[in-house]
Amino acid sequence: MSQYVDIHLTRCDSCDLRALQWNNYQHFVVGGDAIEELPANQAQPVVTSHSAQRVCHQKPANYEAKSKRSFGRTRSYSMSKRITGAESLVKSLEHADVEVVFGIPGGAILPVYDPLMDSPTVRHILVRHEQGAGHAAEGYASASNRVGVCMATSGPGATNLVTPIADAHMDSVPMVAITGQVPSQFIGSDAFQEADIRGITMPITKHNYLVTRVEDIPRAIKEAFHLASSGRPGPVLVDITKDALQASADFVWPTSIDLPGYKPTTKPHARQIKDAARMIVEAHRPVFYVGGGVIRSKADKELRQLAELTGIPVVTTLMARGAFPDSHVQHMGMPGMHGIVGAVGALQKADLLIVLGARFDDRVTGKLESFSPKSKVIHIDIDPAEIGKNRHADIPIVADLREAIAQLIPAVTSEFDSGNRADLTAWWITLNHWRETYPLGYDTPSDGTLSPQYVIERLGKISGPETIYTAGVGQHQMWAAQFIGYEHPNTWLNSGGLGTMGYSIPAAMGAKVGCPDKTVWAIDGDGCFQMTNQELATCTINDIQIKVALINNASLGMVRQWQNLFYNERYSNTDLNSHSIPDFVKLADAYGCHGIRVTKAEDVDKAIEKSMELNDAPVVIDFQVHRDAMVWPMVAAGTGNDEIQFARDLAPTWERGDD
Amino acid sequence: MFSRRGYNIESLAVGTTETESVSRMTVVVNVDEHALEQVTKQLNKLINVLKIVELDDSSAISRELMLIKVKADDASRSKVLEFVELFRAKVVDVSSDAVTIEATGSRDKLEAFLDVLAPHGIKEIVQSGVVALARGGRSIADRSAKNPDRN
Repeated sequence: MSQYVDIHLTRCDSCDLRALQWNNYQHFVVGGDAIEELPANQAQPVVTSHSAQRVCHQKPANYEAKSKRSFGRTRSYSMSKRITGAESLVKSLEHADVEVVFGIPGGAILPVYDPLMDSPTVRHILVRHEQGAGHAAEGYASASNRVGVCMATSGPGATNLVTPIADAHMDSVPMVAITGQVPSQFIGSDAFQEADIRGITMPITKHNYLVTRVEDIPRAIKEAFHLASSGRPGPVLVDITKDALQASADFVWPTSIDLPGYKPTTKPHARQIKDAARMIVEAHRPVFYVGGGVIRSKADKELRQLAELTGIPVVTTLMARGAFPDSHVQHMGMPGMHGIVGAVGALQKADLLIVLGARFDDRVTGKLESFSPKSKVIHIDIDPAEIGKNRHADIPIVADLREAIAQLIPAVTSEFDSGNRADLTAWWITLNHWRETYPLGYDTPSDGTLSPQYVIERLGKISGPETIYTAGVGQHQMWAAQFIGYEHPNTWLNSGGLGTMGYSIPAAMGAKVGCPDKTVWAIDGDGCFQMTNQELATCTINDIQIKVALINNASLGMVRQWQNLFYNERYSNTDLNSHSIPDFVKLADAYGCHGIRVTKAEDVDKAIEKSMELNDAPVVIDFQVHRDAMVWPMVAAGTGNDEIQFARDLAPTWERGDD
Repeated sequence: MFSRRGYNIESLAVGTTETESVSRMTVVVNVDEHALEQVTKQLNKLINVLKIVELDDSSAISRELMLIKVKADDASRSKVLEFVELFRAKVVDVSSDAVTIEATGSRDKLEAFLDVLAPHGIKEIVQSGVVALARGGRSIADRSAKNPDRN
């Protein structure tokens, strides 16, 4: 009978290798789930303990980093001692390389919290509302490219996670949500705090699990993380019954994943790549329509290479801001309902759309029938269901973006070498004309109140492009997307697809936890802020120093703008009175944060600079701004992009370079 | 998935297949060509779905089972039984004023059957849902995956 040893993996404090302690004398780097090197005649099994020391010893002289390959014993290792489901869950999270979990305990999930307290690698952050846990997991994932994890109890705890799960689903954020469930014999009996969270989240998760047997926990967790992070990322829910958590079994971490119904295609079809390259070099008015997929697949470097090679203009959607540097001369800006005229025009008048990880969302296209009417489409996406969903693709390519773009580069180069290259001079003349004639701008309020666009612009300039910015939903979100220059991916976090108010503060919290060395600014509206500001308590108590720029116009700004434009200025229920109630500076103080109020333009810079220096607690700046500021340009809902207005009743003339 | 995307299901039949751990679902959807492509692609995204095959009348055999309760008193019973005979259906229950008929066949055949029975007064119908198999020797399991993403 084989002896099993329990392998305990820790991070060495001195040299940062993930190592396993072995007989107190040596450590070996471990790859994945299999041990890469094993002394041929080990005398004693490794002792696992939660107090294992993290010590650096010399690497053995013959050590060499090997590719993932086991050394004969590919079976997973486990103590013959049985452990409970709760311990099994915590161990599984450790094996899945989880560093942080955001959550709130409760009756059904209670058993997990005991072993969780002892985990040396998994840190649990206690939030104040499960919605905060969910959005924090999202912010963590979007900033650090790792899978975000949140945890809640059954019933209302789980249902409070529904909004962030739906949000992650719409924006393809890799996230695993773990919920407790009533004991299996009580399922369906309307037990205390029971909710069919599996059924409720079925349409809004990539996949979900109901685990009723303790033996199934490791496999469910391993699969959940795999599903969340591969292919098109998305949220996966694992619902575990209390009896499964309390029962005992041997812990077996599976060495392989068997999902016959899930095989995402990552390699592009060679023929399609060739055809695409041909089409790209022959187009006279091509545009790169870049979506959030470029950021999820970490393809920003490849994109830049391809763009510079071809000289083709680039537009970045709301979810893709930062995928291509705003300062780059080929960047036309953000398209869409509140996009910049040059970007909207580029898409409308193009003869070829090279669509990278974007989905022809209605906010970008306006009326579909009149969107970019003369263009052919090359659509590259890892999700085949998006291709051809809203717009026919002349060359569809199902692939991982990074791989696809990497293959396009030599294909296009070889076309150029054969002398195939259309002249883009005329196109750039048109594009530059639009850029110069219709830049982004705003009016300074005539009544002396503060301009929200000015505040955001100054914030972007002072804090700079290395900062991570998050936003809620509404006018402030649009201004943050427009007036801040993004140079890197994963520096702009917001809720695009679902448009969830209240996203900003918890997401900023998650982002700061995932990227502790970065400055994180949460830009928020006063409406959004009042939905999730309780997480400021979590930030203060856990030393998560986020900075909050509250764009306080005492209104639900975006709705108010629509009422201004389309409902005869009848402001029904958009007045929040938040210039006085609550007093945000007092509120910040109550949460142990620094609170600053700014009402005049000359105080803006000072307040921001002061906040940059305060690093002992979170900072909230209450910028009381002009209530009637408007987001321009605008493509009204139901109209086509040709009817974009860059100011009230002012539309661009499209004659130059027209068809 | 169907309710979320707003696709209209006309009939649904489920059962285990020749492999015990795998079940087979036969769905009849009322959509246009473009939407059908979307239905297939969206179904493919579901992790538990192993394979999808589109079956149409020319390349597949489809059958449905129907139980029909028709009014039939002494005067009209023989007429009804004549139709049962003509459509190769079976009578499975008789009472003084009605008969219950079991009929199997393609949708077209069953629709024609209902048409001729209607004048007698149909009291109740229950349909099993369409099941279908592709013609020829290959099975859904050994078809080389004709990915819907290669379009």
